[in-house]
Amino acid sequence: MLNVENLNVAVADEPILKGLSLQVNAGEVHAIMGPNGSGKSTLANVIAGREGYEITSGSVVFEGQNLLELAPEDRARQGIFLAFQYPVEIPGVNNVYMLKAAVNAIRKHRGDEELDAIDFLKLVREKLKLVEMKEEFLHRPVNVGFSGGEKKRNEILQMALLEPRLAMLDETDSGLDIDALKVVASGVNGLRGKDRAIVLVTHYQRLLDFIVPDHVHVLAGGRVLKSGGKELALELEERGYGWVEQSVSPSAETAL
Amino acid sequence: MSQAVSTAEDYLAAQRLANLPAVGTAWLDIRRNQARSLLEGVGLPTPRQEDWKYTNIRPITRSTFDPVSGSSGWNDQDFLESIQLPGLNSYRLVFADGILVRELSSCDGLPAGVTIASVAEILRADSAKLENLLGSALPTSPHGFTAMNSSFIADGAYLDIGPGIVLDKPVELVFICACAGEDRLGMPRNLIVGRPGSHASVIERYLSVVEARSLTNAVSEVILEEDAQLTHQRITDESSRSFHVGGLFARLGGDSRLDACSITLGGSLVRNDVLVNLDASGATVDLAGLYLARGRCHIDNHTHVVHNSPSARSRELYKGILNDRSRAVFHGRITVQAGAQQTDSEQNNQNLLLSREAEVDTKPQLEIYADDVKCSHGATVGQLDEMAVLYLRSRGIGESQARGILTHAFAGEILERIELDNLRLHLDHCVSHRLSSVERVVS
Repeated sequence: MLNVENLNVAVADEPILKGLSLQVNAGEVHAIMGPNGSGKSTLANVIAGREGYEITSGSVVFEGQNLLELAPEDRARQGIFLAFQYPVEIPGVNNVYMLKAAVNAIRKHRGDEELDAIDFLKLVREKLKLVEMKEEFLHRPVNVGFSGGEKKRNEILQMALLEPRLAMLDETDSGLDIDALKVVASGVNGLRGKDRAIVLVTHYQRLLDFIVPDHVHVLAGGRVLKSGGKELALELEERGYGWVEQSVSPSAETAL
Repeated sequence: MSQAVSTAEDYLAAQRLANLPAVGTAWLDIRRNQARSLLEGVGLPTPRQEDWKYTNIRPITRSTFDPVSGSSGWNDQDFLESIQLPGLNSYRLVFADGILVRELSSCDGLPAGVTIASVAEILRADSAKLENLLGSALPTSPHGFTAMNSSFIADGAYLDIGPGIVLDKPVELVFICACAGEDRLGMPRNLIVGRPGSHASVIERYLSVVEARSLTNAVSEVILEEDAQLTHQRITDESSRSFHVGGLFARLGGDSRLDACSITLGGSLVRNDVLVNLDASGATVDLAGLYLARGRCHIDNHTHVVHNSPSARSRELYKGILNDRSRAVFHGRITVQAGAQQTDSEQNNQNLLLSREAEVDTKPQLEIYADDVKCSHGATVGQLDEMAVLYLRSRGIGESQARGILTHAFAGEILERIELDNLRLHLDHCVSHRLSSVERVVS
């Protein structure tokens, strides 16, 4: 489904990703872990199409298409969703208005009829239950005045409505208390399916207690240093990132 | 009847020839003559005057305009229907180039104690009624256009909302320009009086009947007595070849409240002056403004709030959206006079530039002569939040729609203050329509 090959990305001439490769198949859940500054968020942002990243070499192919050629909205319409690490506050735009515009933009692209206000409300009410959000959130400006947990739930709500093929969650667990974490996790688990892939970008193992990944990758210095099954996350928890860096890359020692 | 004019002297000559109502009424003659002297003294504004530094009226003085002092007979019912606000039930006066069109006006069912009339008619029939009111809210040193308006006083709307009356419907004043063709100068002079405890809502709409060159020089005076409340909406949407100079001059009594919202959607050169004198404690004014500038148009908003008494409150938020090579000016002046303790005043001006060529000059000016006051001001000039644009796009919303949504949201903060649903929806629609042409923004 997603094939990242030898991806090199720089920000303001500073190389961030240095030859990163990753393959994600339909039906799989991947966790990308790594210390701060390892390039986790850069990878998520590049896949979603955020500007300001210079792709110096490599490719990102999604379902046979060169993703890097597509505008962010076209990526979303193809079925890519990024849950932002820092969801953006948009004063003056009601949540429900944005959600409806997004759902209809994607429906239109798929050739489905656009939903009217009543049908949309029906749909969104159903999804609200999934993330245990009150209806009043629909009528507040997007993310304005939301707590950290509410913002993250709002991201999962959007994901549930847009039903992406590939969902990437960028540090969705950061700053969540255990209850909010469980809600977010059950929202994500509800989306798991054989046609869908999920990539969790996270710093901590904690989220993976609730969303059990099929594959775990350790990112450091802009590359995947080590890949394994879910047990790799537990090992990381116990032994820290330094262990991977030392065991794989001797140069990391000097960096420490 | 009248002649083509382009300088203050020409306008004064035209005034002398104009067939104005109630000439010979002593107090009115005196005031018109005082205004003539003022205009003679100050002339038409030039960029050398501080208040006109950023607004050059040369496009106006380069043209010649005929001051309109009598009816042209225009009464196009079809046009009026085409501009009606759907579903709005109002008392309505319609003016063509500043002169009342009786056939198109309707104030049926007006409650006792309320007057909605033509200023010209009142001046002819019972001028004493206006003697102590007309001119009483004007600035002490008005600029040339205001003086010009006062030297004519041909017609306009006179509203008097009697004590304790809560008016059941809004009053809609429709000022249609270019009714008698090109180069007409309409000078409506309106007077709105809220007696103690009265409540009313007034909509002033300035429109063009055709895409013609015209000049509107409108003055509205508002006098609110104790506990009176007025919601005043002023919508300027004249042709892209029109020039508009408008004044809203108010004085507020104890515990009275004025909510004034000024929306400028169209015009080639628009200058709006607002002066609010808070004359007694407990008075509150809330000024809101929205201006949409496109093409090469120029929109200037000058506001001045004067706290003359203790414990009065003023709020002000003006927002501008500028596209293409347009230009906007905002000058927000607040004066807190000595003794006006416990003044509570806030002012804010925010501008959204959608094009690299657009330009805005924003200037707050606070003059505080009391020591126990709360005053704040702020001004911003910026572009759309690119993170917000990306956020919407990453949800599948196309770029131009995303930018449209965000731009509209910027305007929404002003529009949502308008309580009349039909008016708000209409304006919302107008704003959406104007913004729909917003394409990829240069950033």
